[in-house]
Amino acid sequence: MGKNSRGHTETVERFLDSTLESVDHAEELALQEAEKAGVPEDDLHKIAMAVRESMVNAVVHGNRYNAHKKVHLSLSKSPKEFVVRITDQGDGFDYENLPNPLAQENLLRHSGRGIFLIKAFMDDFQVRRLEPAGTEVTLVKHLVPK
Amino acid sequence: MSVKLSTRQVGDVSVVDVAGRITLGEGSSALRDALRDMVGKGHKMILLNLGDVSYIDSSGIGELVSGFTTVTNQGGQLKLLNLTKRVKDLLQITKLYTVFDVHDDEAGAVRSFATKTP
Repeated sequence: MGKNSRGHTETVERFLDSTLESVDHAEELALQEAEKAGVPEDDLHKIAMAVRESMVNAVVHGNRYNAHKKVHLSLSKSPKEFVVRITDQGDGFDYENLPNPLAQENLLRHSGRGIFLIKAFMDDFQVRRLEPAGTEVTLVKHLVPK
Repeated sequence: MSVKLSTRQVGDVSVVDVAGRITLGEGSSALRDALRDMVGKGHKMILLNLGDVSYIDSSGIGELVSGFTTVTNQGGQLKLLNLTKRVKDLLQITKLYTVFDVHDDEAGAVRSFATKTP
């Protein structure tokens, strides 16, 4: 856990267990930090949900609930943007070739909407595979100066 | 609070009042279990009242879809009632809003079953 300031950027970090409780915790923390960053009310829910979906991917699909693997959560706020980084220690999965959940043949699928929702709710979404293992996702919400 | 479900009968229609969060884990599994239980008992006209649902994630959406297909495959109907703005927005951006029969009025929703079921 840590909190540091670099210029106008302030970052809060957590190393979380691979559990659903961590998903809830990350979502609550992101909501608190986004509020402090001055994120508009309409966007708070979008950020919370994007963080939840990303944490679920890290805990469930990345680390597969492995008690020996952690999820690193980083929340950075600056006057220009609110940036969330979530890193797991799993084998990763193919983000590039996910089925389109809006395609007619996929509409009634049980799963496969998480990444779509993250992209819909955030201004930018990046995925980086780490060596030897792990995936880092970066979510960005631009802040409009008041 | 995760999720709270209670079921009541309005004529032939089983109304499930859902409150709280339908998210991965306890929330989505509670909804899944409730719907499977109802289908197992032969309930074929199910109205999900989501008026007090504060939050739903992709897992919760998945459970709604699975419930819909399970009930439909059994020759029944599953409809939605009283969507909050957030849930409505989610169903719209995932293109599921037109898949479900969505109502804002319980009496009208109950009547709509009767008109479509012999």
